Amino acid sequence: MPILEIDGVTSGYGEMEVLHDLDLRVDEGEIVSIVGPNGAGKSTAMKLVFGLLKPWTGAVRFRGEDISAAAPDRLVRKGLAYVPQVANVFRALTVEENLEMGAFTLSGPLAPRKRRVYDLFPRLYERRRQRAGQMSGGERQMVAMGRALMLEPQLLMLDEPSAGLAPMLVDLIFEKVRDVNAEGIAVLMVEQNARKSLQLADRGYVLANGRNELDGPGADLLDDPEVARLYLGG
Amino acid sequence: MARTARTRLRAPDLSGRFGLLVMLAVVTLVVAVAATTQGVAPDRLLALTVRGVMLGGILALGAIGLSLIFGVLNLPHFAHGELMTVGAYLTLALLTILPDGGPLAPFSFSATFLLALAVVAPAVGMLSYLLDRGVYRPLRARGAAPIYMAMSSLAIAFGLRSIVYLLWGADFRFFYPGRPRPAVELFAGIRVRPDQLFILGLALALIVLVYLLLERTKMGKAMRATADNPELARVAGIDVERVVLFTWMIGGSLAAIGGAMYGLDAQMRPEMGWWLLLPLFAAVILGTIGNPYGALAGGLIIGVAWQLSSAFLNPAYGPAVAFVLMILVLLVRPEGLFGVPGRRA
Amino acid sequence: MSALELVRGLLLAVPLALLLAALGRGLPVLRWAALPLAAVAGVASASLLPSGTLGYLVSFALMASIYAVLTLGLNVQWGYTGLFNVGVAAFFSVGAFVAALVTTTAPTGPVAAFSQQAFGLGAPFLVGVAAAGVVSGVVAWLVGRPTLKLRDDYLAIATIGIAEVVRLVFQNERWLANGPQPLRGIPQPLDCLVASDGCGWLPGVVNGWFAPLAPRDYTYVYLALVAVILALVYLVLERMIESPWGRVLRAVREEESSARMNGKDAAAFKVQAFVVGAVVMGIGGALYAHYMVSIDYSHFDPLYATFLIWVMLMLGGSGNNRGAILGAFVIWGIWTGTASLVDAIRPALAAISPDLPARGPYLRFLFISLMFLAILRFRPQGLIGERRRKA
Repeated sequence: MPILEIDGVTSGYGEMEVLHDLDLRVDEGEIVSIVGPNGAGKSTAMKLVFGLLKPWTGAVRFRGEDISAAAPDRLVRKGLAYVPQVANVFRALTVEENLEMGAFTLSGPLAPRKRRVYDLFPRLYERRRQRAGQMSGGERQMVAMGRALMLEPQLLMLDEPSAGLAPMLVDLIFEKVRDVNAEGIAVLMVEQNARKSLQLADRGYVLANGRNELDGPGADLLDDPEVARLYLGG
Repeated sequence: MARTARTRLRAPDLSGRFGLLVMLAVVTLVVAVAATTQGVAPDRLLALTVRGVMLGGILALGAIGLSLIFGVLNLPHFAHGELMTVGAYLTLALLTILPDGGPLAPFSFSATFLLALAVVAPAVGMLSYLLDRGVYRPLRARGAAPIYMAMSSLAIAFGLRSIVYLLWGADFRFFYPGRPRPAVELFAGIRVRPDQLFILGLALALIVLVYLLLERTKMGKAMRATADNPELARVAGIDVERVVLFTWMIGGSLAAIGGAMYGLDAQMRPEMGWWLLLPLFAAVILGTIGNPYGALAGGLIIGVAWQLSSAFLNPAYGPAVAFVLMILVLLVRPEGLFGVPGRRA
Repeated sequence: MSALELVRGLLLAVPLALLLAALGRGLPVLRWAALPLAAVAGVASASLLPSGTLGYLVSFALMASIYAVLTLGLNVQWGYTGLFNVGVAAFFSVGAFVAALVTTTAPTGPVAAFSQQAFGLGAPFLVGVAAAGVVSGVVAWLVGRPTLKLRDDYLAIATIGIAEVVRLVFQNERWLANGPQPLRGIPQPLDCLVASDGCGWLPGVVNGWFAPLAPRDYTYVYLALVAVILALVYLVLERMIESPWGRVLRAVREEESSARMNGKDAAAFKVQAFVVGAVVMGIGGALYAHYMVSIDYSHFDPLYATFLIWVMLMLGGSGNNRGAILGAFVIWGIWTGTASLVDAIRPALAAISPDLPARGPYLRFLFISLMFLAILRFRPQGLIGERRRKA
C-alpha cells in the first residue's frame, strides 16, 4: 500500500481551479520529486495533502485512510510532516525552541529526538540558542527541516527546499534529504531545481498547468529529452 | 570568517533598528532640552522619568496582551482598553462588598484590594475568552475577512463602555477617596507615592511571571511561536485553539490589573480605556507586533515620553505624544524595534 | 389651510421631491412628476399633521440628513475603498469647527473675555462649507500619506489617534475655539427668511411669500437647504464612483495584487479616496455646526461621532450610496425611537436604580452595539448591499 496517494483530485482557490484530476503516489521509504514550471500547481499539491486546501473531487489517502482536508494537527499525529517554502521557521524563537515546537503534539522526553536532529545537522547544535530569524537562508532551511523531523514522521513533505540557496548549500540540503531517507522516512519533494532533485529521487512527477504530464523513475525522467528540453534548464 | 560575512550582509537591517533607536534618543533629548529651556528643574525631570517608568509599567501590562493578541489572532483588539476599564471598575465593585480592613501602611489600599485583584484578573481573562468564543470565533470559522473581526472588537469596545457608564455613571471614581496619599522621598529629591512604587513592583513581578511563562513553559513557547507565525503554528501541529485560550486569559488578566493600577494611581472614568488605547497601540507598534518583550520596551518608552512631555505640555496631551511617536515609528521603521523589514509592513 | 401651512408645505416639498426623484430611478415618470407630487404631499402633511408632530419629523429628517452626509463620506472610504477609518469624529469635528470659525465673527470687547476664538471671518455659509471640506481633506491627507502605504490595521489605529488628538485640541485650546467652552453664535443660513423683515437681497414679493414663517419655522428652511446639499453630494459621489477613478478604487479594494498596479499606485488611490471621504465628512460637520448654532468638543464624542455612523453604514449597506443614506435614517430612527422607549419605561428604570434614567443614552448605545455585532455576524452587507456593477 502506498504511504500517500492523491487520487484523481481537482481543486483550487476560491473559484479558480488549479489542480486538474491529479494522480500521485508515494511508496514506503521512497523519495518522490515533483517538478515542473512555475505555476504548475506543485506547491498547491502539497498544500492539498496537508489539509490547507479541500479537494473538490477525488481523495487524498494516507496509508489507505482518507485524509482529505483533515486538520493539520491530526495529520501531524499520523506521521505527516510539512515544511512550507516561505516563512518556515519561527523567527522569534531560538533553534532549540523551533525544534520543541515541532514536537508540540508529543508527550515524553524530547532530548533523544533533539539529539537525532542535531546529529543530522551539527551546525544547528552549535547555534541552538540563536534566534532563527538571525540565521542565514541555508541554516533556516535546516531548522525548518529539523522542526519537521522532531516528529519522526513517516512522510516528510518539503516545498522547494533549495529555493534561494547557493549551489553549495543546495547540495548540502539534498545530501541531508538523502540521509533522512536512509533512516526510512519517505520524502515528497516539490522542486524548482529539477535536475538535482530528479537525480536524488526514486520517482518523479512532472506537472504542468495542474495536470500530470509525465511520471516515472527519476533516472528515466532525467534521460527523457522532452523533460530535458522543457524543464531541466536549471 | 563566514560569520563576519553574514553580519555584513545583514548590516542594513541593524542600521534601520539603530536609526529608530537613535531617533528615539534624539526625541527624548529634544524633550529634555525643551523642558530645561522652559525652566523645568532637572530633578523634576528625573521625577517625571521615574513616574514615566511607572506609567510605562502600567502601559506594558496592557501592551503585552495587546501585542500577543495581535500576533496570535491577527486582530487589532480595539476593546483592549475597555478590558482595562472593566478590570478597574470590577475591582471597585468588589471593594464595595468586601469588608475593608484599613490601609496596608504605607500604601493607600487594603488587603482586600489585592484579594479583589486576584479575583478580577482571571475573571476578565475569562470574559475576554468568552467574547472570543462568542464573537470572533464564529467569524473566523466563517472565513470572514480580518477587518470584520476588528470592527466587532470596536463594537465590543463601545458596548463595554456603555455598560460601565450604565452601572457606574460618567463621574470620576477613586478606589479610596479621601485617604491620604503622602509622598515619600526616594533619592536626589525625587518624591514618589508608595502606591506608585507598589505599582511598579507589581508590574515588574507580573512581567517576570509572563517572561517565565513565555520562556520556560511549552504553552508559552507555543504562544510566542503562534504570535510569530500563525500559519506555521497550525502546520506544525500546535493546538492553536488552546493557544488562543491562553492568549486571551493572559491578555485579559494583565489588562485588568493594568486598569486597576491606573485607577489606583490616578482615577477611573468610563472613557479611560479608549483614551489609553492609543498609547497601548503605540507601544505595541514600537515594540513590533507579536513581540511581548517589545511591548514591554515600547510601554516604558511611551510612558517616559508621556511624562517628560508633561513638563512643558498640557498633561492632557500625553496620548498625543504617544501618537506622534507612533507616526514617527511608522514613517521610519514600521516593523518596530524588533521586527524584520518588509515582513509585517 | 392657512398661509403658514402652505409655505411650510412648499418648503417640505424640496426634500420630498428629491426623495421621490431618487426613488424614481427605475420609473422615469416618477421623476417628472416628482415636483408636483412632492408639493401636494408637502402641503397635505403641513395641513393635516399637528404642528408639534410635523416639527418633530422635520428635526428628525434634518439630523438624519446631516448624518447621511457623514455616512456617504465614510462609504467612500470603507464601502468603495475598504479603508477602516475609526476616527470619523476627527473629520466631523474639524469640519464643524472650521465652518464655525469661518462664518462667525470674533467677539471683541468685554465679550472676548468669555469667548475666544482664533479668528472669525464672518464669511457666508457656502464659504464655510467649502473651507470645512478643504481643511478636513488636508487633515486626511496628512494622516493618510504615511499610513496608507502600510497595513489596514495601521490606518485604523492612526485614525483613532487623530480623532483623540483633535478632540484634545478642541477641548484644551481656549484660544482656538473657546475650548472646552462652547463656541456660540454660529449663523444660520437663510435665517432672514423667517425674520420679520425678510432678506435684504430678495425682492419684496418673494419676502412676502415667506412672511407667515416665524423663527421657530427655521428648521423647515434649513431642511430644504440640507436636502439639496445632500442630493448634490450624492450625485457627485455617484458620478465619481461610476468613473474610471471609481473602478480603480474597487479594484484596489478587491485584490491589490490583481489590480495590476504596484503597491505605490494603489496607496496613492487609497489616499485620494480617503481625502474625498474626509471632505464629505467635513461638509457634514459644517452642516451640523450651522444647525446646532453652538458647538463644543463634547458633541463629537466617539460614541456619537464615529460609532453611530459606522453602524449606519454597515446597516444600510456599505458600497452603496443609497444604502448609506438609508442606514443613516434607519439608525437615527432607532436612536430617537429608543429615546422615546427609554422615556416610557422611566419608572421601571428608576425602580432598579435612581441613577439609571439619566444614563438612558448608554442603554441605547448598548443596544446599538449588540445590533452592530449582529449585523457583522449575520448580514455584513447590510440592508441594501453593494449594487451589482458591470466589472
